Amino acid sequence: MSTTMAKALNDGLRAAMERDPRVLVMGEDVGRLGGVFRITDGLQKDFGEQRVLDTPLSESGIIGAAVGLAVRGFRPVCEIQFDGFVFPGYDQIVSQLAKLRFRTQGKVPVPIVVRIPFGGGIGAVEHHSESPESLFAHVAGLKVVACSNAADAHWMIQQAILSDDPVIFFEPKRRYWEKGEVDPDLGAAPPLHSARVVRPGSTLTLATYGPMVRTCLEAATAAVDDGHDLEVIDLRSLSPLDLGPVAESVRRTGRLVVVSEAPSESSVTSEVAARIQQECFFSLEAPVLRVTGFDTPYPPSRLEDDYLPDLDRVLDAVDRSLAW
Amino acid sequence: MDEPQAWLPTDPRSRPSHDQVVAGLKGVDEGGAELVQLLTPEGERVPDERFDRYAADITAEDLKDLYRDLVLVRRADREGNSLQRQGELGIWVPLLGQEAAQVGSGRALRPTDMCFPSYREHGVAWTRGIDPTELLGIFRGTDHGGWDFAGKRFHPYTIVIGNQCLNAAGYAMGQRFESKVGDSETGEATICYFGDGATSQGDVHEGFVWAAAYDAPLVFFCQNNQWAISVPLSRQTRVPLYQRARGYGFPGVRVDGNDVLACLAVTRWALEECRTGNGPVLIEAFTYRMDSHTTSDDATRYRLADEVELWKLKDPIERVRVHLARRHGVEPEFFEAVEAEADELGERLRTFCRAMPQPGPERMFSEVYADASPQVDAQRDTHLAYHESFTTEGEPA
Ligand SMILES: Cc1ncc(C[n+]2csc(CCOP(=O)(O)OP(=O)(O)O)c2C)c(N)n1
Repeated sequence: MSTTMAKALNDGLRAAMERDPRVLVMGEDVGRLGGVFRITDGLQKDFGEQRVLDTPLSESGIIGAAVGLAVRGFRPVCEIQFDGFVFPGYDQIVSQLAKLRFRTQGKVPVPIVVRIPFGGGIGAVEHHSESPESLFAHVAGLKVVACSNAADAHWMIQQAILSDDPVIFFEPKRRYWEKGEVDPDLGAAPPLHSARVVRPGSTLTLATYGPMVRTCLEAATAAVDDGHDLEVIDLRSLSPLDLGPVAESVRRTGRLVVVSEAPSESSVTSEVAARIQQECFFSLEAPVLRVTGFDTPYPPSRLEDDYLPDLDRVLDAVDRSLAW
Repeated sequence: MDEPQAWLPTDPRSRPSHDQVVAGLKGVDEGGAELVQLLTPEGERVPDERFDRYAADITAEDLKDLYRDLVLVRRADREGNSLQRQGELGIWVPLLGQEAAQVGSGRALRPTDMCFPSYREHGVAWTRGIDPTELLGIFRGTDHGGWDFAGKRFHPYTIVIGNQCLNAAGYAMGQRFESKVGDSETGEATICYFGDGATSQGDVHEGFVWAAAYDAPLVFFCQNNQWAISVPLSRQTRVPLYQRARGYGFPGVRVDGNDVLACLAVTRWALEECRTGNGPVLIEAFTYRMDSHTTSDDATRYRLADEVELWKLKDPIERVRVHLARRHGVEPEFFEAVEAEADELGERLRTFCRAMPQPGPERMFSEVYADASPQVDAQRDTHLAYHESFTTEGEPA
């Protein structure tokens, strides 16, 4: 079945809500409006106001109340409207959501999913295009994942809801309207925290996630003309990182370029680079290179084409690696 | 869990009853007994014992100026909306319906007062002497706001809901620390704008606490336009917003936000309280957002057409026009001249917008830090060299 990522998420949420009456959807405008991206469209109509909550305008409230609801046995799925608006709720995420299980030695689990549409490329104003995933990956106690296509979106959201751990769930907003095949058989889905080779290749490995998966696949297609056969790996889970498939790939190709929209300093891409350098030192033909956003605040949207890695910048890094 | 749970609502599809809908409409329609109004929707001047003296000096000429402000601000807003529809702006945040709240409060300020806006305050910007062209960059995506922040005393637009309330509290504390408070002639004050939805954010409550704890000369100006995107006021509060101030220990007033004269008078009073050391103060301007939340929003998904129709009868511009014509005998020529001026402004905005230059990539790397950052500088150099590599000799990039 071919469907958009937005619809795949909507179907996934619906399935999870049908499966378990303790699953709640909550956030700003998720009910009547169906969310500003319409990801929750129609859910309130079918499940009612008690399971799909149009919350007050307060992110600290959304996360903090979700923690309380989870303590009571509910499984809240929180929507943060845009990446840049998660920070009023960051205190609750870091101080409570991430630590409650550990603090209570497992007696109080917090099975909460926090959905965050993230990344740029939609021509928006300030605070609507950020990639804050590394800030969450750095926090012990949280699991952090990013989907990149409709099928993954559909299954990963359900797996995240089934997980007894808090999951920060990043959705690449500029890919919401891209279509993909969704196989409605849960058995076909890989585990939530595993990376996946999305394009096998032998010349060089591209490791990436979220919105950049498509960009890397396009780069790999373009590289064929230059005689390069690039392997593309979708990390899918940013914390914990599943580096096995990346290391295995790098041992074959000898080269790795890590790609992400986020700023580079102290980030998910730094972590991948550091650990692969450590694990695959003797297999590497070139240093691990990174293609990322810059270490600047996200620029005004007329400059985002410059800020965001594109096919050319990925290929440029591929050339630099191969020239080593 | 296959069994239906006892706590689940029996019919999740249940809709509000007719009575509930009507009650909701009433709640939106009426400002309550405490509503301060000087000019009725029919254009009649009504007396107000408490606030008349803050509008006593307003002559027919002054009212004509206010009318002109309202019309020009509305035209600039409508032009912004059309420019977005024509693909010239990425998004526009309309103020339609809120002109009086913004012009009235803005015209109460002195140049020495400071203003912290949210993102819809194009009308307040106008009263601070900021040309509407200076707002376009934010919505076209060429900058994050480029006006003279310090000179005009108009802070950058704040998009993260509620953040500015604490920033305003800090600024107002600074005014007090520098002894700029205590004299109604020379005293300074700060005004901070936010919406009804914003009142649910921690930052706004913390702003109330801080301003009160330090007796900050700060006017909290809440434009209650009844909706936070799709969420009605009833989801943010159980009491009228102005009454909340009491819990923090300062006065709150509810003013007819569609009445420019009342907004002017009440804000003058509140600023005076602040200047003389009696701040903070909360003003709730009871108004309505006539358009969608932004050009990306579709209000018909969550809002009743009846409600919008009802508010059309309270139009902030029409009541001033009727008042000027009926009570002050202002001739049609005046209104026509203002209309012509609005047309010119619209034209000027359009031309300006289409000619706005694309920023260069170096803009991304400039002013990230005050000190040089080797990392950002290196990224800039590499990126500009990368750009250069696409330029073949003799050809522009
Ligand atoms: C912290 C934060 N959360 C969410 C948003 C998204 N958002 C933008 S405007 C808005 C509604 C604001 O309503 P209100 O405060 O009543 O102001 P209005 O837009 O009606 O003037 C929301 C939810 C945001 N900008 N910032």
